[in-house]
Amino acid sequence: MVQTVTKTAVKVKNKNAKMYKKRGDSSLWWMYLPSLLIVCLFIVFPFIDGIRISFTNWNGFSQTYSYIGFDQYKRMFSDPDTWLVVKNTLLYGIGSTILQNIVGLGYALLLNQNLKIRSLTRTIIYLPVIISPLIMGYIWYFFFAYNGGALNDLFVLFGSEPVNALGNPAVNPYIIVFVNTFQFVGIAMIIYLAGLQSISKEYYEAANIDGANSWQKFKAITIPLLMPSITINLVLNIIGGLKLFDVIVALTNGGPGNASQSMSTFMYNLYFSRQDAGYAATQGVLMALIILVISMAALLYFKRKEVEA
Amino acid sequence: MKARTSRKTWILTLAALLITAFHLIPFYILLTTAIKRTGDFSSKWSFPDYVNIENFTIAWEQANLGNALVNSIIITSFAAIVLILFGSLAAYALARRTTKLNKYIYILFVGVMVIPPLTALVPLYRMVVNFGLMNTHLVAVLNNVAAFLPLTIFLYAGFIRSTIPKELEEAAKIDGANTLSIFFKIIFPLLKPITATVLIISSVYIWNDYQFAIFFLQDSSVQTLTVVLASFFGQNGSQLNLVAAAALMASLPMVIVFLFLQRFFIEGLAAGSVKG
Repeated sequence: MVQTVTKTAVKVKNKNAKMYKKRGDSSLWWMYLPSLLIVCLFIVFPFIDGIRISFTNWNGFSQTYSYIGFDQYKRMFSDPDTWLVVKNTLLYGIGSTILQNIVGLGYALLLNQNLKIRSLTRTIIYLPVIISPLIMGYIWYFFFAYNGGALNDLFVLFGSEPVNALGNPAVNPYIIVFVNTFQFVGIAMIIYLAGLQSISKEYYEAANIDGANSWQKFKAITIPLLMPSITINLVLNIIGGLKLFDVIVALTNGGPGNASQSMSTFMYNLYFSRQDAGYAATQGVLMALIILVISMAALLYFKRKEVEA
Repeated sequence: MKARTSRKTWILTLAALLITAFHLIPFYILLTTAIKRTGDFSSKWSFPDYVNIENFTIAWEQANLGNALVNSIIITSFAAIVLILFGSLAAYALARRTTKLNKYIYILFVGVMVIPPLTALVPLYRMVVNFGLMNTHLVAVLNNVAAFLPLTIFLYAGFIRSTIPKELEEAAKIDGANTLSIFFKIIFPLLKPITATVLIISSVYIWNDYQFAIFFLQDSSVQTLTVVLASFFGQNGSQLNLVAAAALMASLPMVIVFLFLQRFFIEGLAAGSVKG
Protein backbone atom coordinates (compact mmCIF):
# COMPACT_ATOMS: atom_id res chain seq x y z
CA MET A 1 0.00 0.00 0.00
CA VAL A 2 2.67 2.40 1.10
CA GLN A 3 4.78 1.32 -1.82
CA THR A 4 2.06 2.04 -4.39
CA VAL A 5 1.48 5.48 -2.94
CA THR A 6 5.19 6.26 -3.16
CA LYS A 7 5.29 4.91 -6.68
CA THR A 8 2.39 7.07 -7.78
CA ALA A 9 4.01 10.03 -6.11
CA VAL A 10 7.25 9.42 -7.97
CA LYS A 11 5.31 9.02 -11.19
CA VAL A 12 3.45 12.29 -10.69
CA LYS A 13 6.71 13.95 -9.80
CA ASN A 14 8.37 12.66 -12.95
CA LYS A 15 5.41 13.77 -14.97
CA ASN A 16 5.66 17.23 -13.48
CA ALA A 17 9.38 17.34 -14.15
CA LYS A 18 8.73 16.37 -17.77
CA MET A 19 6.05 19.02 -18.08
CA TYR A 20 8.47 21.65 -16.82
CA LYS A 21 11.03 20.55 -19.37
CA LYS A 22 8.53 20.61 -22.18
CA ARG A 23 7.49 24.15 -21.35
CA GLY A 24 11.11 25.18 -20.82
CA ASP A 25 9.98 25.90 -17.30
CA SER A 26 12.72 24.24 -15.31
CA SER A 27 14.43 27.56 -14.65
CA LEU A 28 11.16 29.27 -13.67
CA TRP A 29 12.68 32.20 -15.52
CA TRP A 30 9.40 34.10 -15.64
CA MET A 31 9.59 34.48 -11.89
CA TYR A 32 12.72 36.59 -12.03
CA LEU A 33 12.00 38.27 -15.33
CA PRO A 34 10.46 41.44 -13.79
CA SER A 35 13.42 41.87 -11.42
CA LEU A 36 15.89 41.20 -14.20
CA LEU A 37 14.24 43.77 -16.46
CA ILE A 38 14.25 46.49 -13.81
CA VAL A 39 17.85 45.87 -12.75
CA CYS A 40 19.06 45.75 -16.37
CA LEU A 41 17.12 48.83 -17.41
CA PHE A 42 18.10 50.98 -14.44
CA ILE A 43 21.57 49.73 -13.50
CA VAL A 44 23.28 47.37 -15.97
CA PHE A 45 22.51 49.09 -19.28
CA PRO A 46 23.11 52.63 -17.97
CA PHE A 47 26.37 51.44 -16.46
CA ILE A 48 27.52 49.93 -19.77
CA ASP A 49 26.29 52.99 -21.66
CA GLY A 50 28.26 55.10 -19.18
CA ILE A 51 31.45 53.31 -20.22
CA ARG A 52 30.62 54.18 -23.85
CA ILE A 53 29.93 57.83 -23.01
CA SER A 54 33.29 58.06 -21.21
CA PHE A 55 34.89 57.82 -24.66
CA THR A 56 32.97 60.84 -25.99
CA ASN A 57 32.95 64.60 -25.52
CA TRP A 58 29.19 64.69 -24.90
CA ASN A 59 28.04 67.76 -22.98
CA GLY A 60 24.94 66.14 -21.51
CA PHE A 61 22.19 67.69 -23.63
CA SER A 62 23.16 68.21 -27.28
CA GLN A 63 22.16 65.65 -29.92
CA THR A 64 25.62 65.44 -31.47
CA TYR A 65 28.95 64.43 -29.98
CA SER A 66 32.01 62.60 -31.20
CA TYR A 67 34.14 59.74 -29.97
CA ILE A 68 37.49 60.98 -28.78
CA GLY A 69 39.20 57.75 -27.74
CA PHE A 70 41.00 57.84 -24.43
CA ASP A 71 41.19 61.64 -24.25
CA GLN A 72 38.88 61.88 -21.22
CA TYR A 73 40.96 59.24 -19.44
CA LYS A 74 44.19 61.14 -20.19
CA ARG A 75 42.49 64.27 -18.93
CA MET A 76 41.33 62.49 -15.79
CA PHE A 77 44.78 61.19 -14.89
CA SER A 78 46.41 64.58 -15.40
CA ASP A 79 43.66 66.49 -13.56
CA PRO A 80 44.86 67.42 -10.04
CA ASP A 81 41.20 67.51 -8.92
CA THR A 82 40.92 63.79 -9.66
CA TRP A 83 43.56 62.93 -7.08
CA LEU A 84 42.16 65.34 -4.53
CA VAL A 85 38.72 63.80 -4.96
CA VAL A 86 40.02 60.22 -4.89
CA LYS A 87 41.98 61.04 -1.75
CA ASN A 88 38.85 62.48 -0.10
CA THR A 89 36.75 59.50 -1.19
CA LEU A 90 39.28 57.09 0.31
CA LEU A 91 39.41 59.16 3.48
CA TYR A 92 35.61 59.08 3.76
CA GLY A 93 35.48 55.35 2.97
CA ILE A 94 38.39 54.07 5.02
CA GLY A 95 38.27 56.71 7.78
CA SER A 96 34.59 56.18 8.55
CA THR A 97 35.03 52.41 8.34
CA ILE A 98 37.82 52.33 10.91
CA LEU A 99 36.05 54.76 13.22
CA GLN A 100 32.63 53.09 12.93
CA ASN A 101 34.06 49.67 13.70
CA ILE A 102 36.20 50.67 16.66
CA VAL A 103 33.47 52.81 18.22
CA GLY A 104 30.70 50.38 17.24
CA LEU A 105 32.53 47.44 18.80
CA GLY A 106 33.24 49.48 21.92
CA TYR A 107 29.57 50.40 22.26
CA ALA A 108 28.52 46.79 21.67
CA LEU A 109 30.90 45.51 24.35
CA LEU A 110 29.55 48.10 26.78
CA LEU A 111 25.90 47.36 26.00
CA ASN A 112 26.49 43.64 26.17
CA GLN A 113 26.86 44.15 29.93
CA ASN A 114 23.83 43.91 32.09
CA LEU A 115 23.15 47.63 32.59
CA LYS A 116 19.77 49.17 33.43
CA ILE A 117 20.30 52.03 30.99
CA ARG A 118 21.19 49.63 28.15
CA SER A 119 18.09 49.79 25.99
CA LEU A 120 17.80 53.58 26.22
CA THR A 121 21.44 54.02 25.16
CA ARG A 122 20.95 51.57 22.31
CA THR A 123 17.88 53.45 21.05
CA ILE A 124 19.59 56.85 21.14
CA ILE A 125 22.74 55.61 19.39
CA TYR A 126 20.66 53.89 16.71
CA LEU A 127 18.26 56.80 16.15
CA PRO A 128 20.34 58.68 13.51
CA VAL A 129 20.36 55.56 11.29
CA ILE A 130 16.70 56.09 10.44
CA ILE A 131 17.05 59.82 9.80
CA SER A 132 17.95 60.97 6.30
CA PRO A 133 21.72 61.53 5.94
CA LEU A 134 20.86 64.87 4.35
CA ILE A 135 18.89 65.98 7.43
CA MET A 136 21.58 64.60 9.73
CA GLY A 137 24.05 66.73 7.78
CA TYR A 138 21.89 69.82 8.34
CA ILE A 139 21.55 69.03 12.03
CA TRP A 140 25.34 68.92 12.38
CA TYR A 141 25.52 72.07 10.29
CA PHE A 142 23.65 73.83 13.12
CA PHE A 143 26.44 72.60 15.37
CA PHE A 144 29.46 73.52 13.23
CA ALA A 145 28.14 76.61 11.40
CA TYR A 146 30.36 79.70 11.54
CA ASN A 147 27.46 82.07 12.21
CA GLY A 148 25.49 81.03 15.26
CA GLY A 149 26.67 77.42 15.34
CA ALA A 150 26.59 75.63 18.70
CA LEU A 151 30.33 74.96 18.65
CA ASN A 152 31.15 78.66 18.25
CA ASP A 153 28.69 79.53 21.02
CA LEU A 154 30.93 77.42 23.26
CA PHE A 155 34.12 79.03 21.95
CA VAL A 156 32.72 82.49 22.54
CA LEU A 157 31.53 81.48 26.00
CA PHE A 158 35.09 80.50 26.93
CA GLY A 159 36.49 83.69 25.43
CA SER A 160 38.13 82.41 22.26
CA GLU A 161 37.54 83.43 18.66
CA PRO A 162 34.83 81.64 16.65
CA VAL A 163 36.20 79.18 14.09
CA ASN A 164 35.02 78.52 10.55
CA ALA A 165 35.46 74.76 10.75
CA LEU A 166 33.29 73.92 7.74
CA GLY A 167 35.08 76.47 5.56
CA ASN A 168 38.54 75.18 6.47
CA PRO A 169 39.76 72.58 3.95
CA ALA A 170 42.25 71.21 6.47
CA VAL A 171 39.47 70.28 8.88
CA ASN A 172 36.21 69.79 7.03
CA PRO A 173 36.91 66.36 5.48
CA TYR A 174 37.37 65.06 9.03
CA ILE A 175 34.10 66.65 10.12
CA ILE A 176 32.41 64.77 7.28
CA VAL A 177 33.99 61.50 8.47
CA PHE A 178 32.82 62.26 12.00
CA VAL A 179 29.23 63.02 10.96
CA ASN A 180 29.02 59.90 8.78
CA THR A 181 30.36 57.81 11.67
CA PHE A 182 27.98 59.38 14.15
CA GLN A 183 25.07 58.58 11.86
CA PHE A 184 25.82 54.94 11.08
CA VAL A 185 27.75 53.68 14.11
CA GLY A 186 24.40 52.29 15.34
CA ILE A 187 24.35 49.71 12.56
CA ALA A 188 27.85 48.49 13.39
CA MET A 189 26.88 48.39 17.07
CA ILE A 190 23.76 46.27 16.47
CA ILE A 191 25.60 43.82 14.20
CA TYR A 192 28.38 43.44 16.79
CA LEU A 193 25.85 43.03 19.59
CA ALA A 194 24.14 40.23 17.66
CA GLY A 195 27.56 38.67 17.07
CA LEU A 196 28.55 38.94 20.74
CA GLN A 197 25.30 37.38 21.88
CA SER A 198 25.83 34.40 19.59
CA ILE A 199 29.16 33.53 21.27
CA SER A 200 28.65 30.69 23.72
CA LYS A 201 29.38 31.54 27.38
CA GLU A 202 31.20 28.22 27.72
CA TYR A 203 34.29 29.54 25.95
CA TYR A 204 34.66 32.27 28.54
CA GLU A 205 34.04 29.87 31.40
CA ALA A 206 36.74 27.56 30.10
CA ALA A 207 39.12 30.51 29.75
CA ASN A 208 38.32 31.59 33.32
CA ILE A 209 39.33 28.16 34.58
CA ASP A 210 42.61 28.55 32.70
CA GLY A 211 43.07 31.91 34.45
CA ALA A 212 42.93 34.11 31.33
CA ASN A 213 42.58 37.85 31.83
CA SER A 214 40.04 40.06 30.05
CA TRP A 215 42.39 41.14 27.29
CA GLN A 216 43.46 37.55 26.57
CA LYS A 217 39.82 36.47 26.42
CA PHE A 218 39.01 39.37 24.08
CA LYS A 219 41.89 38.53 21.76
CA ALA A 220 41.57 34.76 21.76
CA ILE A 221 37.78 34.30 21.91
CA THR A 222 35.81 37.45 21.11
CA ILE A 223 37.67 38.74 18.05
CA PRO A 224 38.02 35.41 16.19
CA LEU A 225 34.38 34.49 16.80
CA LEU A 226 33.23 37.96 15.75
CA MET A 227 34.95 37.64 12.35
CA PRO A 228 31.69 37.19 10.39
CA SER A 229 30.26 40.38 11.98
CA ILE A 230 33.52 42.21 11.31
CA THR A 231 33.40 41.19 7.63
CA ILE A 232 29.81 42.38 7.17
CA ASN A 233 30.49 45.66 8.94
CA LEU A 234 33.67 46.43 7.04
CA VAL A 235 32.15 45.72 3.67
CA LEU A 236 28.92 47.61 4.44
CA ASN A 237 30.75 50.62 5.87
CA ILE A 238 33.38 50.85 3.20
CA ILE A 239 30.84 50.72 0.37
CA GLY A 240 28.66 53.29 2.17
CA GLY A 241 31.61 55.57 2.91
CA LEU A 242 33.03 55.47 -0.62
CA LYS A 243 29.62 56.43 -2.05
CA LEU A 244 29.12 59.29 0.41
CA PHE A 245 26.98 62.06 -1.06
CA ASP A 246 24.17 63.54 1.05
CA VAL A 247 26.22 64.48 4.12
CA ILE A 248 28.72 66.36 1.98
CA VAL A 249 25.97 68.26 0.16
CA ALA A 250 24.48 69.30 3.50
CA LEU A 251 27.70 70.25 5.30
CA THR A 252 30.08 71.81 2.77
CA ASN A 253 28.63 71.22 -0.70
CA GLY A 254 32.10 69.99 -1.63
CA GLY A 255 33.75 73.30 -0.86
CA PRO A 256 35.64 75.45 -0.43
CA GLY A 257 36.46 74.95 -4.12
CA ASN A 258 36.68 71.18 -4.48
CA ALA A 259 38.39 70.68 -1.13
CA SER A 260 35.86 68.30 0.44
CA GLN A 261 34.35 66.88 -2.76
CA SER A 262 33.87 63.10 -2.97
CA MET A 263 33.75 61.26 -6.28
CA SER A 264 29.92 61.24 -6.08
CA THR A 265 29.53 64.97 -5.54
CA PHE A 266 32.30 65.73 -8.04
CA MET A 267 30.55 63.68 -10.73
CA TYR A 268 27.26 65.36 -9.95
CA ASN A 269 28.82 68.80 -10.39
CA LEU A 270 30.56 67.85 -13.61
CA TYR A 271 27.31 66.68 -15.12
CA PHE A 272 24.79 69.20 -13.85
CA SER A 273 26.80 72.36 -13.26
CA ARG A 274 29.63 72.11 -15.77
CA GLN A 275 27.83 70.26 -18.62
CA ASP A 276 30.77 67.89 -18.88
CA ALA A 277 28.90 64.59 -19.23
CA GLY A 278 31.66 62.68 -21.02
CA TYR A 279 34.14 63.53 -18.31
CA ALA A 280 31.59 62.82 -15.56
CA ALA A 281 31.09 59.35 -17.05
CA THR A 282 34.87 58.81 -17.05
CA GLN A 283 35.00 59.70 -13.36
CA GLY A 284 32.12 57.27 -12.84
CA VAL A 285 34.12 54.43 -14.38
CA LEU A 286 37.04 55.21 -12.09
CA MET A 287 34.74 55.29 -9.07
CA ALA A 288 33.17 51.94 -9.95
CA LEU A 289 36.65 50.42 -10.35
CA ILE A 290 37.84 51.77 -7.00
CA ILE A 291 34.76 50.51 -5.16
CA LEU A 292 34.95 47.15 -6.90
CA VAL A 293 38.63 46.61 -6.08
CA ILE A 294 38.41 47.76 -2.45
CA SER A 295 35.21 45.93 -1.55
CA MET A 296 36.36 42.72 -3.26
CA ALA A 297 39.73 42.90 -1.53
CA ALA A 298 38.09 43.46 1.85
CA LEU A 299 35.57 40.68 1.28
CA LEU A 300 38.18 38.13 0.15
CA TYR A 301 40.63 39.02 2.91
CA PHE A 302 38.09 38.72 5.69
CA LYS A 303 36.33 35.67 4.24
CA ARG A 304 39.70 33.92 4.43
CA LYS A 305 40.15 35.05 8.01
CA GLU A 306 36.73 33.64 8.84
CA VAL A 307 37.72 30.24 7.49
CA GLU A 308 40.98 30.28 9.45
CA ALA A 309 39.11 31.26 12.61
CA MET B 1 33.76 40.72 45.44
CA LYS B 2 30.20 41.99 45.36
CA ALA B 3 31.30 45.53 46.12
CA ARG B 4 33.73 45.36 43.21
CA THR B 5 31.05 44.16 40.81
CA SER B 6 28.68 46.92 41.77
CA ARG B 7 31.43 49.53 41.42
CA LYS B 8 32.17 48.21 37.94
CA THR B 9 28.46 48.40 37.07
CA TRP B 10 28.43 51.98 38.32
CA ILE B 11 31.36 53.02 36.16
CA LEU B 12 29.90 51.30 33.09
CA THR B 13 26.49 52.89 33.69
CA LEU B 14 28.15 56.28 33.96
CA ALA B 15 30.00 55.65 30.68
CA ALA B 16 26.74 54.62 28.99
CA LEU B 17 25.07 57.77 30.34
CA LEU B 18 27.81 60.01 28.99
CA ILE B 19 27.65 58.33 25.59
CA THR B 20 23.87 58.72 25.52
CA ALA B 21 24.18 62.40 26.40
CA PHE B 22 26.80 62.87 23.68
CA HIS B 23 24.53 61.27 21.08
CA LEU B 24 21.66 63.50 22.14
CA ILE B 25 23.61 66.74 21.55
CA PRO B 26 22.69 67.26 17.88
CA PHE B 27 19.02 66.56 18.62
CA TYR B 28 19.04 68.99 21.51
CA ILE B 29 20.58 71.69 19.29
CA LEU B 30 18.01 70.91 16.59
CA LEU B 31 15.20 71.35 19.09
CA THR B 32 16.41 74.61 20.62
CA THR B 33 17.06 76.02 17.12
CA ALA B 34 13.64 74.98 15.90
CA ILE B 35 11.66 76.62 18.72
CA LYS B 36 13.51 79.96 18.96
CA ARG B 37 12.45 83.13 17.18
CA THR B 38 14.58 84.17 14.19
CA GLY B 39 15.75 87.26 16.06
CA ASP B 40 16.86 85.29 19.13
CA PHE B 41 20.67 85.22 19.05
CA SER B 42 21.12 83.52 22.42
CA SER B 43 23.47 80.55 22.65
CA LYS B 44 22.27 77.42 20.87
CA TRP B 45 22.82 75.57 24.16
CA SER B 46 20.38 77.64 26.17
CA PHE B 47 16.81 76.39 26.28
CA PRO B 48 14.31 79.20 25.56
CA ASP B 49 11.46 79.95 28.00
CA TYR B 50 9.01 80.08 25.08
CA VAL B 51 8.14 77.99 22.03
CA ASN B 52 7.76 79.84 18.75
CA ILE B 53 5.10 77.72 17.04
CA GLU B 54 5.22 80.08 14.05
CA ASN B 55 8.49 78.52 12.85
CA PHE B 56 6.61 75.29 12.30
CA THR B 57 3.58 76.75 10.57
CA ILE B 58 5.69 78.98 8.29
CA ALA B 59 8.10 76.15 7.43
CA TRP B 60 5.19 73.74 6.82
CA GLU B 61 3.58 76.13 4.35
CA GLN B 62 6.64 77.58 2.64
CA ALA B 63 8.38 74.25 2.14
CA ASN B 64 5.09 72.60 1.14
CA LEU B 65 5.83 69.76 3.55
CA GLY B 66 2.30 68.33 3.44
CA ASN B 67 2.54 67.61 -0.26
CA ALA B 68 6.08 66.26 0.12
CA LEU B 69 4.95 63.96 2.92
CA VAL B 70 2.27 62.46 0.66
CA ASN B 71 4.84 61.97 -2.13
CA SER B 72 7.28 60.28 0.25
CA ILE B 73 4.55 57.95 1.52
CA ILE B 74 3.40 57.03 -2.00
CA ILE B 75 6.91 56.38 -3.34
CA THR B 76 8.10 54.46 -0.28
CA SER B 77 5.07 52.21 0.03
CA PHE B 78 4.81 51.35 -3.67
CA ALA B 79 8.54 50.72 -3.94
CA ALA B 80 8.50 48.47 -0.86
CA ILE B 81 5.57 46.42 -2.17
CA VAL B 82 7.11 45.95 -5.63
CA LEU B 83 10.46 45.16 -4.07
CA ILE B 84 9.08 42.45 -1.82
CA LEU B 85 6.87 40.92 -4.51
CA PHE B 86 9.45 40.83 -7.33
CA GLY B 87 12.37 40.16 -5.04
CA SER B 88 10.86 37.17 -3.28
CA LEU B 89 9.59 35.63 -6.55
CA ALA B 90 13.01 36.00 -8.15
CA ALA B 91 14.85 34.65 -5.13
CA TYR B 92 12.55 31.62 -4.95
CA ALA B 93 13.23 30.62 -8.56
CA LEU B 94 16.96 31.26 -8.21
CA ALA B 95 17.30 29.44 -4.91
CA ARG B 96 15.21 26.41 -5.88
CA ARG B 97 16.05 25.85 -9.54
CA THR B 98 19.81 25.78 -9.78
CA THR B 99 20.07 25.42 -13.55
CA LYS B 100 23.15 26.78 -15.25
CA LEU B 101 21.20 29.80 -16.50
CA ASN B 102 19.91 30.56 -13.03
CA LYS B 103 23.39 30.39 -11.52
CA TYR B 104 24.58 33.04 -13.94
CA ILE B 105 21.51 35.20 -13.32
CA TYR B 106 22.08 34.99 -9.56
CA ILE B 107 25.72 36.02 -9.97
CA LEU B 108 24.55 38.94 -12.10
CA PHE B 109 22.12 40.12 -9.41
CA VAL B 110 24.69 39.86 -6.64
CA GLY B 111 27.46 41.40 -8.77
CA VAL B 112 25.33 44.46 -9.48
CA MET B 113 25.60 45.32 -5.76
CA VAL B 114 29.14 46.64 -6.20
CA ILE B 115 28.13 49.07 -8.97
CA PRO B 116 27.71 52.44 -7.30
CA PRO B 117 24.29 53.62 -8.52
CA LEU B 118 25.63 57.09 -9.20
CA THR B 119 28.06 55.84 -11.85
CA ALA B 120 25.07 54.99 -14.03
CA LEU B 121 23.70 58.47 -13.52
CA VAL B 122 24.69 60.16 -16.78
CA PRO B 123 23.08 57.66 -19.20
CA LEU B 124 20.24 56.92 -16.80
CA TYR B 125 19.27 60.56 -16.71
CA ARG B 126 19.12 60.67 -20.50
CA MET B 127 17.07 57.49 -20.65
CA VAL B 128 14.57 58.79 -18.11
CA VAL B 129 14.16 62.02 -20.08
CA ASN B 130 13.72 60.09 -23.36
CA PHE B 131 11.07 57.83 -21.84
CA GLY B 132 9.18 60.87 -20.58
CA LEU B 133 9.49 59.60 -17.02
CA MET B 134 10.95 62.78 -15.53
CA ASN B 135 9.01 64.10 -12.55
CA THR B 136 6.87 61.00 -12.08
CA HIS B 137 6.37 58.86 -9.01
CA LEU B 138 6.98 55.87 -11.26
CA VAL B 139 10.63 56.70 -11.96
CA ALA B 140 11.36 57.19 -8.26
CA VAL B 141 9.67 53.88 -7.45
CA LEU B 142 11.46 51.92 -10.17
CA ASN B 143 14.81 53.48 -9.40
CA ASN B 144 14.64 52.65 -5.73
CA VAL B 145 13.42 49.15 -6.54
CA ALA B 146 16.37 48.65 -8.91
CA ALA B 147 18.83 49.96 -6.33
CA PHE B 148 17.52 47.63 -3.64
CA LEU B 149 16.58 44.48 -5.62
CA PRO B 150 20.03 42.86 -5.56
CA LEU B 151 20.24 42.98 -1.77
CA THR B 152 16.61 41.85 -1.45
CA ILE B 153 17.16 38.83 -3.70
CA PHE B 154 20.38 38.01 -1.86
CA LEU B 155 18.63 38.08 1.53
CA TYR B 156 15.56 36.12 0.37
CA ALA B 157 17.63 33.49 -1.46
CA GLY B 158 19.82 32.93 1.60
CA PHE B 159 16.76 32.56 3.80
CA ILE B 160 14.96 30.16 1.43
CA ARG B 161 18.06 27.96 1.07
CA SER B 162 18.73 27.76 4.78
CA THR B 163 15.27 27.55 6.35
CA ILE B 164 12.53 26.43 3.93
CA PRO B 165 12.42 22.62 3.54
CA LYS B 166 12.05 21.39 -0.05
CA GLU B 167 9.63 18.65 1.03
CA LEU B 168 6.92 21.25 1.57
CA GLU B 169 6.82 22.23 -2.08
CA GLU B 170 7.12 18.64 -3.27
CA ALA B 171 4.12 17.64 -1.21
CA ALA B 172 2.11 20.50 -2.64
CA LYS B 173 3.21 19.64 -6.16
CA ILE B 174 1.90 16.14 -5.75
CA ASP B 175 -1.43 17.65 -4.84
CA GLY B 176 -1.33 19.28 -8.25
CA ALA B 177 -0.90 22.88 -7.14
CA ASN B 178 0.87 25.11 -9.65
CA THR B 179 4.13 26.90 -8.90
CA LEU B 180 2.61 30.31 -8.36
CA SER B 181 -0.01 29.13 -5.88
CA ILE B 182 2.58 27.00 -4.08
CA PHE B 183 4.68 30.11 -3.74
CA PHE B 184 1.97 32.41 -2.48
CA LYS B 185 0.09 29.92 -0.29
CA ILE B 186 2.97 27.96 1.21
CA ILE B 187 6.33 29.65 0.73
CA PHE B 188 5.63 33.36 1.04
CA PRO B 189 3.98 33.13 4.50
CA LEU B 190 7.08 31.31 5.76
CA LEU B 191 9.30 34.15 4.59
CA LYS B 192 7.78 36.58 7.08
CA PRO B 193 10.93 37.17 9.20
CA ILE B 194 13.10 38.06 6.23
CA THR B 195 10.25 40.05 4.65
CA ALA B 196 10.21 42.16 7.80
CA THR B 197 13.96 42.74 7.50
CA VAL B 198 13.69 43.73 3.84
CA LEU B 199 10.68 45.94 4.51
CA ILE B 200 12.38 47.85 7.32
CA ILE B 201 15.83 48.30 5.75
CA SER B 202 14.43 49.26 2.35
CA SER B 203 11.71 51.62 3.64
CA VAL B 204 14.20 53.63 5.68
CA TYR B 205 16.57 53.78 2.72
CA ILE B 206 13.89 54.74 0.19
CA TRP B 207 12.23 57.24 2.53
CA ASN B 208 15.58 58.96 3.03
CA ASP B 209 16.73 58.74 -0.57
CA TYR B 210 18.14 62.01 -1.82
CA GLN B 211 20.70 61.10 -4.49
CA PHE B 212 18.12 59.92 -7.00
CA ALA B 213 15.20 62.02 -5.93
CA ILE B 214 17.17 65.21 -6.59
CA PHE B 215 17.85 64.14 -10.19
CA PHE B 216 14.49 62.82 -11.23
CA LEU B 217 11.99 64.78 -9.13
CA GLN B 218 12.66 68.38 -10.13
CA ASP B 219 9.05 69.55 -10.19
CA SER B 220 7.85 70.64 -6.76
CA SER B 221 4.53 68.77 -7.11
CA VAL B 222 6.26 65.34 -7.01
CA GLN B 223 9.17 66.15 -4.68
CA THR B 224 9.80 64.07 -1.57
CA LEU B 225 10.66 65.36 1.90
CA THR B 226 14.44 65.26 1.45
CA VAL B 227 14.37 67.19 -1.84
CA VAL B 228 11.96 69.79 -0.51
CA LEU B 229 14.11 70.24 2.57
CA ALA B 230 17.28 70.71 0.51
CA SER B 231 15.72 73.47 -1.56
CA PHE B 232 14.17 75.05 1.54
CA PHE B 233 17.63 75.13 3.12
CA GLY B 234 18.99 76.73 -0.06
CA GLN B 235 16.41 79.52 0.13
CA ASN B 236 16.56 80.11 3.90
CA GLY B 237 20.23 79.55 4.71
CA SER B 238 20.16 82.61 6.94
CA GLN B 239 17.01 81.57 8.82
CA LEU B 240 18.24 78.43 10.48
CA ASN B 241 15.25 78.41 12.85
CA LEU B 242 12.88 77.76 9.98
CA VAL B 243 15.17 75.12 8.48
CA ALA B 244 15.45 73.40 11.86
CA ALA B 245 11.68 73.40 12.28
CA ALA B 246 11.27 71.88 8.81
CA ALA B 247 13.99 69.28 9.46
CA LEU B 248 12.33 68.32 12.74
CA MET B 249 8.93 67.84 11.10
CA ALA B 250 10.42 65.95 8.16
CA SER B 251 12.20 63.46 10.44
CA LEU B 252 9.30 62.95 12.80
CA PRO B 253 7.26 60.34 10.86
CA MET B 254 10.18 57.86 10.65
CA VAL B 255 11.23 58.56 14.24
CA ILE B 256 7.72 57.78 15.49
CA VAL B 257 7.54 54.57 13.46
CA PHE B 258 10.97 53.62 14.80
CA LEU B 259 10.11 54.25 18.43
CA PHE B 260 6.99 52.10 18.17
CA LEU B 261 8.51 49.28 16.15
CA GLN B 262 12.02 49.50 17.55
CA ARG B 263 12.25 45.80 18.35
CA PHE B 264 11.61 44.90 14.70
CA PHE B 265 14.12 47.43 13.41
CA ILE B 266 16.90 46.11 15.58
CA GLU B 267 16.03 42.41 15.36
CA GLY B 268 15.49 42.70 11.63
CA LEU B 269 18.94 44.15 11.11
CA ALA B 270 20.56 41.58 13.39
CA ALA B 271 18.74 38.69 11.66
CA GLY B 272 19.63 40.01 8.22
CA SER B 273 23.29 40.32 9.16
CA VAL B 274 23.54 36.86 10.65
CA LYS B 275 21.77 35.17 7.73
CA GLY B 276 23.53 37.23 5.07
